[in-house]
Amino acid sequence: MHDFVQHIINGISLGSIYALIALGYTMVYGILKMINFAHSDVYMIGAFAAYYVARWLGIEAQPGIASLLMLILVSMLACGFLGFLIERFAYRPLRKAPKLNILITAIGVSLFLQYSGQVVFGADPKVFPEVMTDYVLLTFGPVELRSFDLTVLGVSLVAMLCLEFLIKKTKVGRAMRAVSSNALVASMLGVNTDKIIAFTFVVGSSLAGVGSVLVGMKYPKIDPLMGMMIGLKAFVAAVLGGIGNIGGAVLGALIMGLSEEMVVAYLSSTYRDAFAFGILIVILIFKPAGLLGKYSVEKV
Amino acid sequence: MSSPLLTVDRLEVFYGAIHALKGISFQVQAGEIVSLIGANGAGKTTTLRAISGLAPSKGVITFDSQNLATHKSFQRVSLGIAQSPEGRGIFPEMSVLENLEMGAYSRKDKSGIKKDLELCFELFPRLKERMAQIAGTLSGGEQQMVAISRAIMCKPKLLLLDEPSLGLAPLIVAQIFEILKKLNQEGMTVLLVEQNARMALKISHRAYVLETGKIVLEDSAANLLNNDEVRKSYLGV
Ligand SMILES: Nc1ncnc2c1ncn2[C@@H]1O[C@H](COP(=O)(O)OP(=O)(O)OP(=O)(O)O)[C@@H](O)[C@H]1O
Ligand SMILES: [Mg+2]
Repeated sequence: MHDFVQHIINGISLGSIYALIALGYTMVYGILKMINFAHSDVYMIGAFAAYYVARWLGIEAQPGIASLLMLILVSMLACGFLGFLIERFAYRPLRKAPKLNILITAIGVSLFLQYSGQVVFGADPKVFPEVMTDYVLLTFGPVELRSFDLTVLGVSLVAMLCLEFLIKKTKVGRAMRAVSSNALVASMLGVNTDKIIAFTFVVGSSLAGVGSVLVGMKYPKIDPLMGMMIGLKAFVAAVLGGIGNIGGAVLGALIMGLSEEMVVAYLSSTYRDAFAFGILIVILIFKPAGLLGKYSVEKV
Repeated sequence: MSSPLLTVDRLEVFYGAIHALKGISFQVQAGEIVSLIGANGAGKTTTLRAISGLAPSKGVITFDSQNLATHKSFQRVSLGIAQSPEGRGIFPEMSVLENLEMGAYSRKDKSGIKKDLELCFELFPRLKERMAQIAGTLSGGEQQMVAISRAIMCKPKLLLLDEPSLGLAPLIVAQIFEILKKLNQEGMTVLLVEQNARMALKISHRAYVLETGKIVLEDSAANLLNNDEVRKSYLGV
């Protein structure tokens, strides 16, 4: 029983990282009806940006929440800027092109980032600097709440609440919803849709930046291909929740995090990754629109 | 006569190989209600889309002495062109109030926005009651009210309306046309597309008849109501 509670804590912590990345997939899908396959590699670049800045500043000398927040900001800026460039120069010229062309371009951008990463950063894993120290904050009997888990939860929660506020309560957020609901009508009402789309990429990418530093902190090994598996799981989370649906992405990510933790704990860690694919197949068969999504026939 | 508010000159629209508008020309004077009538597929919606900058067009559209070619669709709103599109185009996941606020997207005059919101609620008291309701759950007529109000919230000089009566009960249609008349009397210029030609002609000053992408007839609304061709083809008598 105590084990179970512990696994819940770990699963939620993992799930909230998936959520930060899943949100980027779902926001871009919501507004452009495309899967941004390069998203997971933007995440990777964010981790490296934070890594180099941390080394340059010698951040290990002063671990703590301030250092963490600083690195998160660095990664958000790097990812946001990269997301902006990708949208501007890779996707925008293809706005009216067939879906398949856009899909292939997205895969191309993804591969480009992965291989450039291997050339520039080297293919070997790097050890992410220790931004914070991990210790046991609270114990309830054998159940531990570690500082890393609390930090991951707290930071993701704040990031998601900010996003919620942005989308639900601000003018630009309303415009984002308008463009994703009906871009033609939005522009008929005066919305510069190109600007809103670019903004959506920046916001989605910078959330991945937040995730990348949290992952770097918790699993301190980064390499140019680190985005692939976590990106895939976040993508499955977005599909599970109903791609295009913000709340769905968070729900899907929590389910993914929890079930992965449970699979590893009670079945075998061999199935850790296979499980994600399993979930994807099951949703595609039984609930292709996802848990919170509305089913619509997609013309590809 | 002063120069027209809207001048459309040899407007052509191609959708791929489909020649939807074959060079139409017409004007709308400030203060007028002008109707475009025509059968299904004649090109009425396409004309309004081209004016709003949402159809690939050739020819010259001049609005308020500005050539619209240099204005993207989203920039035409601040020039004073608003449209309530065919099929209403409301944002179904947003509340009624948010839909109306989207209409005011390009505006900065907070007090003016508030006043126009009051005006919409005065015109359509139903919307005031339903302010917080999700627009997708409104009835068709209520959604039409949202679409029209949203266009009013743009504070346009020229209001483009694409089939505001579509699918509505006669009583609501009459109400909506009353409101259009009232808005017009208060100074708003209206370009109206309608299947319900009789209703449209009754409140219009002038009208153009479109047939497969060409204007075949133009006259005062009163004359058209008595024109035999029009009576036979569009008024069903
Ligand atoms: N996006 C499009 N792609 C291809 N053809 C189109 C497109 N939109 C309209 N058309 C064609 O252009 C012609 C004019 O269409 P339009 O919608 O302007 O007609 P309309 O007069 O508004 O008709 P209705 O009264 O049925 O609304 C039609 O033949 C239509 O099939
Ligand atoms: Mg039409």
